[in-house]
Formats: sequence, C-alpha cells, structure tokens
Amino acid sequence: MTSPALPARAPARRFQNLYLRTWQALWVLPLPAWLLFFFAVPLGLLVAISFWSVVNYRLTPDATLSAWRYVLGLDFLWASFWRSYGLSLASAVAISLLAFPASYAMAFVAAPRQRLVLLGLAIAPFFTSYLVRIYSWQVFLAEGGVISSIIQAFGGKGESLLNTYFALFLGHATLALPVVLILQTIALANVDRTGISAAANLGARPGAILFRVILPAARPGLALGLLFAFLLSYAEFVSAAYLGGGAFQTLPILVTDLVRAGQQWPRAAVVSLLMIASLLATALATVLWAYREKG
Amino acid sequence: MTRDIIATRRQLIKGGLAAAAAIATPAILRAQGRRDLTMLTWAGHADPDVIGAFEDAHNVRIRAKEYVGGDQMLAQIAQSPAGTYDVILSDAEYVVQLKQAGFIEPLAAEDYPFDDFFPEFQNFRGHWFEGDPYAVFLRFGFLGLSHNRAAMSEAEARSYRGLWDPRHEGRIGHFDWHLPNLGTLSLVNGNEAPFDLDDGDWTELTETMMSLRPQVRGFYDYGGMLSALRSGEVAAIPGIGDWITGVLARDGADVTTTIPEEGGLQWTESLSIGVGSRNQDLARTFLQYMLSPEGQVKTATLKAYPAMIPTRAGWALLNDELPGEAQRQNMVLNGPNALDEIRAGRIRLRELPVQQSLETWNDTWTRYKNA
Repeated sequence: MTSPALPARAPARRFQNLYLRTWQALWVLPLPAWLLFFFAVPLGLLVAISFWSVVNYRLTPDATLSAWRYVLGLDFLWASFWRSYGLSLASAVAISLLAFPASYAMAFVAAPRQRLVLLGLAIAPFFTSYLVRIYSWQVFLAEGGVISSIIQAFGGKGESLLNTYFALFLGHATLALPVVLILQTIALANVDRTGISAAANLGARPGAILFRVILPAARPGLALGLLFAFLLSYAEFVSAAYLGGGAFQTLPILVTDLVRAGQQWPRAAVVSLLMIASLLATALATVLWAYREKG
Repeated sequence: MTRDIIATRRQLIKGGLAAAAAIATPAILRAQGRRDLTMLTWAGHADPDVIGAFEDAHNVRIRAKEYVGGDQMLAQIAQSPAGTYDVILSDAEYVVQLKQAGFIEPLAAEDYPFDDFFPEFQNFRGHWFEGDPYAVFLRFGFLGLSHNRAAMSEAEARSYRGLWDPRHEGRIGHFDWHLPNLGTLSLVNGNEAPFDLDDGDWTELTETMMSLRPQVRGFYDYGGMLSALRSGEVAAIPGIGDWITGVLARDGADVTTTIPEEGGLQWTESLSIGVGSRNQDLARTFLQYMLSPEGQVKTATLKAYPAMIPTRAGWALLNDELPGEAQRQNMVLNGPNALDEIRAGRIRLRELPVQQSLETWNDTWTRYKNA
C-alpha cells in the first residue's frame, strides 16, 4: 500500500522462502539416507560377501567366484528354486482369492466407520509375534492337536497336518493375509463410485459390474496385494522350518543350511542374491502388468 | 510453593538414593570380588541347577555363550580374540580340531581324577597329545533308534531295517545334522568303522540314505523332535538317543531308545580350557567341580538332555541319591549296564568323516534334504 513498507517486506519474504526450502529439504533428506543405509549398503555388502571366502570358519575378504560356482553347480538348486517359487506363488494366489470376498465386503458393504473397525481387527494379529503365531499353529496341526481331535471325534483318522503343504500355506497366510486384506480393501474402496453407478444405471448385472468395472479399476491395488503375498511367502523361513518342515525344502532353509554348514556366508549370499533377483523380476513384471494401458 | 515442591522432591530423591545405596551395599561389595568365567557350550549346560553351587562356592558368575553344532562352535572361537572363552564344552570329535587350531590349552593330567574313570574313558580318543590331555571327558550317551512305542515296538526297533517298512511311510523323522544320521545309516550298511569309508562304501551309503527319503516326515531341531516324537507324528528317529527320549520319558511320554542289532553310536562331550584364558585357575576348578561326584550327578540329570557319566564315584553317588535315574539310564553298579554295550562291541564312537571332508558330508545331507 505504501512504498516505505516494501523494502522491509522483501527480506521477510526471502527469509520465508529459505525457511520453506529448509523445511522441504528436511523432509527430502531422509529418503536418500534411508535408501542408502537400508538398501544400497546391505545389498552392496551382500554382493561383496558373495565373492569372499571362508578360511577356517572365518569370513575373509577375497575376490573369488568359488561361492558362485558352488551354488550354481548344485544339482538340486533349480529344483529347490522352482519349488520355492511355485509354492509361494500358489500361496499368493490362494491368499488373494481368500482375502477378496472380505475386502469386497469391507469396501462396498460396510459403512466407513465399520470399515475402520474391521480393518483394525484385521491388523490385530500383528500385535503378537509372528513366531508365536506360527508355534500356536503347531498346537492345532499336530497329531492329537485341536484339528486332528475334531476329525477323530467324527470318526476320521485325524493324522498330523504338520509338514504338509496345507500347514505351510497356513503359515504364509498368517503372515500375508492381513496385509493383502488391507491392500485390497484400499484398492476397492478407491474405485470411482460414479463408474459403478453408471454401469448399474445402464442395466449391468452385479457380476458384470464386478468383472468389467470394479476389477479393472482396482487392478493395480489387487496386483500389489498379490505381489506382497508372494514376497512375504517367498522369503518366509519360520513356517517353512516349523510347519512345512522336511517335506518342503525352500531357498530360505537352504540359506540357513549353508550358514550352519561351516559358516558358508558367501554361498548363502549367492542364494540370497538369486532370490532378490527373481523377486525383482517378479515385482517388475507384476507392476508392468498392473499399470498396463487398458485396451 | 513451587520452590517448596521442588525442594521436597529433591529431598525425596536424595533420601531414596541413600536408601537404595544402603540396601544394595552388601550386593555391591559381594559383586566387587566376584569374577566372571566365560563358557562356550551346547545349550542347557549353564542351568542354575548345575552351576549354581559352583557359582556360590567360588563367588563367580558363569557367562555362557551357547552354540548349536561343532561348526558354529569353531566359528565362534575363530571370530573372537584369544581368551574370550575360559571354558569350552565341545563334542569329543571336535577336540582334535580345537587342538590343531591352537584354541585349547594342554591340561595337567594330575589335576583331574582320571584314575576314577572307567577304563574305556581314561585315554579317550582324540583327547591326549604327547602325553597331555587337552580335554576331559564329561558325559556321554548312545545313539540308536528312538521310537514312539505306540507306533513302533521295541521288537521292531531291533533292526534299523524297520525304518523302511511301508507302514512307516512319511513317519520317519530326522535330527537335522548330517553326522549322526550318516553314521547310523553307515552301521546299517554293516561298515565296521562307520566313519572311515572308501569311495565304494561312501557311494553305497548315499544310496542307502536316498532310499529312505520317501519315508521321511521332516527334519527337526531339538524342540521339533521332542514334539514330533511325543505326539506320534513320527514313529521313529534314527541316530538320536536318550538325550531326547530321556527328556520325554521324564514327562511320562511313551517313547524310548533302542540300540538295534546293527549297533549304535556314542556321543561324547568334553571340557577344555581356552587358549589365552585369564582365569585358568578358576577354569581348572570348574572342570574339577564338573568331574566331582556332585558335578557328575548334576550333569547326568541335566534338564535339557540327560547323559551317562564316565566316573565311578559319579555312578556311586547317582545310585545312592537317584537309584531310579541310575536304573533308567542303565548306570547300575551291580548288574548289566551301559558299559556292557560298549564292551560287547555294539557301540562305535561318533567321529568326523575320515576319508571324505566334512563339507562333502554336509553337502550330501543338504542334497538329501532337498531331494
């Protein structure tokens, strides 16, 4: 309004700008730092260790291909790899299918407040340790356990269900189902309702609306749920060791076996890198498919 | 007003600190003179029932670092500076490796009651080098065929061949460690020295093992074996022994270990003193305590896994104090006992592979698991 005020205001604005930039910088800075500390450095270390050697049970810096040669030369490596991959993929698909009706109900049937309560309940299992939850499954699955006793009461044989794929799947579902439920619910809840209303007004039946409107619109979120279920099941060690047991030797078990047998960290690193590579490829393929242009 | 509150609070804190100091003083004084003794050991040995009396008598606290398996033990020592571990409890077959790597001190034979040992255990294999002992034999047990009686009778367990019976398909468990499993199956193949195998014997052994794979329910750790055997999920586990079934039998489970006619293996745990230990005197006293009749009875009845003991005085005290346990563990003084099994040549020592490397055995085991 008055010119004398202007010179006083300009430094203030400059200061404000500086303040804003610092504020933003503070938020941005952790990102590269976290990426560096929690991803780049560990991965780099893993790659480096895969070229080290073990001398008298001691990890020794080196530049040798022996761990790579050893692991890639294992005759059972690819059988174990595909077993791991196939089992986790099967679990991921089954978990996604299991979760879908519940997610659908939460997204479209439940009122927003009910949805919050239901999602809270879905997260509740995370309040107890995963290891504890897996051990509790043993009580249910073992011979003479809860499930087998019920089957026996109805005249069945009631054998132990431990060390079956069913047990392993339960372990995977215990870990991944809540995550998938949340991801799917968010994906479905964010589907544009006007599209659904339009389809209904034009006379589409509920089935057609689900398959031709809702599913395509929610595809990225649903694919993300599938991917997370796969990631979690694939890298899972606890239920592989305590529920799946000997029947299903997976790559995480191989990793621990290699470390246990003579502290072969380099070999374990090679297997881990193979797992990471296959995970990245799978993740990339899933994301490309999820965000593929329609048409 | 504010000032008053702060003053009272300060006073309260001061008073509280003084009171706490007064209460804690005896403990602090006691702790000042207390020494630490570090021990690298299999799990379960630092049980207060076993070491509590020693800790009190010598005003010492035993700090145990537990490991699973000889490889892990060697790695632990290799990765730590000399003197990190005062006492090392290891499987007897690893004592040679410990000695060769220079990880353990020679002991003075006169410090320990070797004369009181049963003759079988006095000059134990792999413990003496140039007239000096490098480890003292602490406890031992037999490995045979452990089975749930409801699923496999003692008569059936008289031969390992029962493991291949179609009735037990998917009902055989394994302890997840190559050495006792391959050793036991080597006995099945009739190898006189089950760990000293030429190429032909070794190939045959891997074939025998692979033929058992369809019968296998799972590969278990300590806790897994306990629950699988108790529940009857597995009918039998070869290559383990009373160190598992003894724990379950104490709880009243209907399980037992039979030494089949093909023979059994002996596992042995021994104590050594780590090179560079700054508590050599205390470590020696601890070894002496564990070999005393009281220490022997305590280790024989260890909660985690019971074992037989090598000293006559230990046997005598066990028969005196716990005749039932002496009976159960086959350590009775008047009558047939576990030593007869050894003297009859039915028991071979568990050893490291002689002609193949440990790594080869390991790899074969991993391949078997992944088959």
